[in-house]
Amino acid sequence: MAVLTYRDALNQALREELQRDDTVFLMGEEVAQYNGAYKVSRGLLDEFGPMRVVDTPITELGFAGIGVGAAMVGLRPIIEFMTWNFALLAIDQVVNAAAKMLYMSGGQYPMPMVFRGPNGAALQLSAQHSQAWESWMAHIPGLKVCTPGTPADAKGLLKAAIRDDNPVVFLEGEMLYNTKGEVPDGDIIVPIGKAEVKREGDHCSIITHGKMILVAMQIADTLAKEGINLDVVDLRTVRPMDVEAIAKSVQKTNRAVVLEEGWEICGMGSQVVDFIQRECFDDLDAPVIRVHQADVPMPYAKNLERAAKPDAAKAIAAVKKVMYLE
Amino acid sequence: GRIDGCSRGKGGSMHMFDRKTNFLGGHGIVGGHIPIATGVGFAIKYRGGDQCIVCFFGEAAVNIGAFHEALNMASLWNLPVIYVIENNRYGMGTAISRSTANEDVIVRAKGYRMIGESVDAQDVFAVREAMGRAVERARIEKRPTLLEMRTYRFMGHSMSDAVSGTYRSKDELEENMKRDPILLLHNMMYEDGEFTEGELKKIDEEAKATAQDAWDFADASPEPPLEELYTDILVDSGS
Repeated sequence: MAVLTYRDALNQALREELQRDDTVFLMGEEVAQYNGAYKVSRGLLDEFGPMRVVDTPITELGFAGIGVGAAMVGLRPIIEFMTWNFALLAIDQVVNAAAKMLYMSGGQYPMPMVFRGPNGAALQLSAQHSQAWESWMAHIPGLKVCTPGTPADAKGLLKAAIRDDNPVVFLEGEMLYNTKGEVPDGDIIVPIGKAEVKREGDHCSIITHGKMILVAMQIADTLAKEGINLDVVDLRTVRPMDVEAIAKSVQKTNRAVVLEEGWEICGMGSQVVDFIQRECFDDLDAPVIRVHQADVPMPYAKNLERAAKPDAAKAIAAVKKVMYLE
Repeated sequence: GRIDGCSRGKGGSMHMFDRKTNFLGGHGIVGGHIPIATGVGFAIKYRGGDQCIVCFFGEAAVNIGAFHEALNMASLWNLPVIYVIENNRYGMGTAISRSTANEDVIVRAKGYRMIGESVDAQDVFAVREAMGRAVERARIEKRPTLLEMRTYRFMGHSMSDAVSGTYRSKDELEENMKRDPILLLHNMMYEDGEFTEGELKKIDEEAKATAQDAWDFADASPEPPLEELYTDILVDSGS
């Protein structure tokens, strides 16, 4: 088992899949000569050449559509958005083309493709560059949506996504690229749609995904010192969502906090809470509490940005509230 | 919306697909399919094939961003794509003069260093020849082409649009119907003496019978069973 950064884990997944299957190609802005805006595709142009690692003009709608067309005739495109904020320009291709092609063609045209790139806020990039899009994408039937939070999950899920015959939205964390973790050697595949309990505890469940897994693990350490043991459920994929894992955890702890990076209204947490109230009503000892970004565009000023983001202090306060400790 | 239709009742009149004839749709978003066709061109190049892909859209679609983005890349990357503007002079109810700063839409080709050609599309032979040149350019020179097919719409935009509507005159419609491409071809075939009136009538009747057969086939086909609601959303995948 090697210790890798999240970035290098993704790079390994891309390299291994490009080696394994010559119908796989990577396309996007600055993916080739520049080695990737975030260096996720470092070295791939040298190894695979310009037909398989393709620099595009700044034209998200256009190259997302090129991916859709290539997938229709049997290639397996990986379309990189420099960030998911720019993917809004391509949303017609993701939502109206990729997600619906199989259905509206009566099953004739599967879409074996991946749309990937960094998602969520970094540091002081302000409103247009600091957004978490998973609830938008998870809303759409016909898509799968992966949100890995660790290097091992990043590698295993990306390999699964590339091999999947359906369109997969793959949301990476910009602030996760430099984080390190153990990644099993060899051809690891993390199945899409399976959550993982990252830490066992029986006092309160914390249900989360993506970058927020770091916050959840951090507060689990902090609260353990106070004698509070959190059950940390990492959804890893938000569509399809592993509701069995959520139920199992809540049935054990009888309390839950749902932590996400995005906004409150119609956020991923709404879906989780809806499931819990329907399927685990009699298991609950307290209302479920959600922790999320403030309902504002991301401000630039450091202090305001900090106030807007979900963080460890807000998550700890939520846990204590559902445990009636404060 | 019938189960035996080519989209098995899942796609509407805008979404006809037929994989066995390489008919890739049928897309309901104006211009949204132009990058998709460009992607098929990319795949042909990727595999080193000598096919080409033909993409049809109305003149109103040249004003949408997808057209610009796709044609730029097709030329930049030498993709075998033939873009066909069916210029019938109206985008829904909006005349080209009210939508397009330069009505001479074929000049757009120059912006992408692409060969462009305007064709009198009421003349089937002119269409055939221009398309032949474009296909050769795609297959041999590996270059895209923009074709403008100058035509006219004889019906309303859709079921809800009267034939002449509020946006064009009956006189204009009738004037243009004199150049119906089927009528022009009919006259040419008759005047050349290659076909008698009786033979031409027979072709007409056969065409009508083909259309009637298709209608009867559709009419006789049942609606999709309710369990079809939840099929074809995702394929089962090995991962």
